[in-house]
Amino acid sequence: MTADLALIWPELILTIGGLVTLLLGTFGGDRQVGLYQLAALVTLAAAAAAVVAMFGTQASVFSNTLEVDAFGGFAKLLIYAASFICILIAPRFFKDAMRAEYPVLILFAALGMGIMASARDLMTLYVGLELNSLAAYVLASFMRSDDRSSEAGLKYFVLGALASGMLLYGISLLYGFSGTTQFAGIAQAMGGGMNNGLLFGLVFVIAGLAFKISAVPFHMWTPDVYEGAPTPVTTFFASAPKVAAMALMTRVVIEAMGPATAAWQQIMIFLALASIILGAVGAIGQKNIKRLLAYSSINNVGFMLVGLAAGTQQGVESVLTYLLVYVVTTIGSFLVVLQLRDTDGNPIESIPALAGFSQRRPGLAAAMAVFLFSLAGIPPLFGFWPKYLVFQAAVDANLLPLAIAGIVASVIGAFYYIAVIKTMYFDDKSEVEFGTGGVVVEDAVITASALWLSVVGYFFIPVLAVVSATAAAVLF
Amino acid sequence: MISVGHYLAVSAVLFTLGVLGIFINRKNIIVILMAIELILLAVNINLVAFSAALGDLVGQVFSMFVLTVAAGEAAIGLAILVIYFRGRGTIAVDDANRMKG
Repeated sequence: MTADLALIWPELILTIGGLVTLLLGTFGGDRQVGLYQLAALVTLAAAAAAVVAMFGTQASVFSNTLEVDAFGGFAKLLIYAASFICILIAPRFFKDAMRAEYPVLILFAALGMGIMASARDLMTLYVGLELNSLAAYVLASFMRSDDRSSEAGLKYFVLGALASGMLLYGISLLYGFSGTTQFAGIAQAMGGGMNNGLLFGLVFVIAGLAFKISAVPFHMWTPDVYEGAPTPVTTFFASAPKVAAMALMTRVVIEAMGPATAAWQQIMIFLALASIILGAVGAIGQKNIKRLLAYSSINNVGFMLVGLAAGTQQGVESVLTYLLVYVVTTIGSFLVVLQLRDTDGNPIESIPALAGFSQRRPGLAAAMAVFLFSLAGIPPLFGFWPKYLVFQAAVDANLLPLAIAGIVASVIGAFYYIAVIKTMYFDDKSEVEFGTGGVVVEDAVITASALWLSVVGYFFIPVLAVVSATAAAVLF
Repeated sequence: MISVGHYLAVSAVLFTLGVLGIFINRKNIIVILMAIELILLAVNINLVAFSAALGDLVGQVFSMFVLTVAAGEAAIGLAILVIYFRGRGTIAVDDANRMKG
């Protein structure tokens, strides 16, 4: 028991930090919100440091319900880093509406996501997922007085609750037909022969998780929630929970459903192709930049699923690499969206208003162009590399038709990214006056991620290969 | 004699009703919250029935977790519904259309 506690330092730090921040907020009121923000940032940094210190440790804790390993460590580092940035960028957006709840909710969501990434029992899976989701529903409706924000929260809540209902139904079937909630036990039962109960359980669990990563056909909440939620919250939704849910999905299909690969592979192929195609087609004609990025995230999730569909260690490595590059690109592009404000400081979200943006803010427009080209996977930008790895994994797993269909669909996807860049660079200047000057931190993050994606990233390939291989190897 | 199969059938019916309640219902959002509860309770029937049939306590512990989380979920859902109603003055499903595209 005590030995187990020493292995879950990141979770302990986040729990205690979250509760302390909550108490500070309760007694201190909303005026000292900077202090709570600082407390939350320190907590996340400490938790990340604990993950780094324990990287490579492998152990099962608390009666095999949680697994401390390199795979979880990789996902947690990404999650904590994304949460860190989402707390950092909030005050400037919310101004007076910034309340103590924001950093607290992000901390608890990060805790839940960390548990998702290291769950190896259906019970911890469910608790982690709900801890993340419940915090996320509140975050989506954080701008209480804004109609769109409350509607986004409501839609997210209803569809999220439906998703966890389906997930739970699948969990109950898996439990009933395998007699255990442990991933290892379920794998054993599936290895002994599939039956209809296990198959239905598998389908429901994957459907529930597909909701969380917003894979087509379970994507319908994504555009509305991304558009309606306040931009820092959208940044959060597009980055950290995607990592957590994708890591969870990977762990479930590899560790718990490994012997049934033939069964879930078809589902993954369908989800992947549907997401890539619908993510590309749906984005065409969108007028709202946040909505466009929502479709882009659906599209990108499809590419990650191509890697997962391979079902091999190489596939999992490519998914992890993809997640890292995706998170950097997404955070960068949403930070640019965050900077789009008129002279009164009101956010601008419409794409036509971006006409001639390159003449007004050349630096920002160039950064946005880098992010969009990278999301489209156009070489030599670094966004190309994970797409290459994903398709390589699919081809090596004899899924050549899937790889070809995915590559063809990615060409359609490139169309709308390029359409935005065309609006920014080649259209006549719009009437909209943009306010100038961001915060140093935001500019620094945008510059750093744009540079990393343009060329510097390629120097990290050897490191990335070693880290993702270490992380993926623990699942096999 | 009532077997696990009977419990599974009841729970499958309740689950289907819950899902249909979310999709077919075009009237008001409170009904959706009720449908969500119905889904979770269907799952609980499954878990407890399996737990009894397997002679394994994990299912019952799990159903306690589900009940607890369901309570938290309902609280958050109602809270969001309240701020939504405050802003819009309606809780009809068809009126939740500020965003389209």
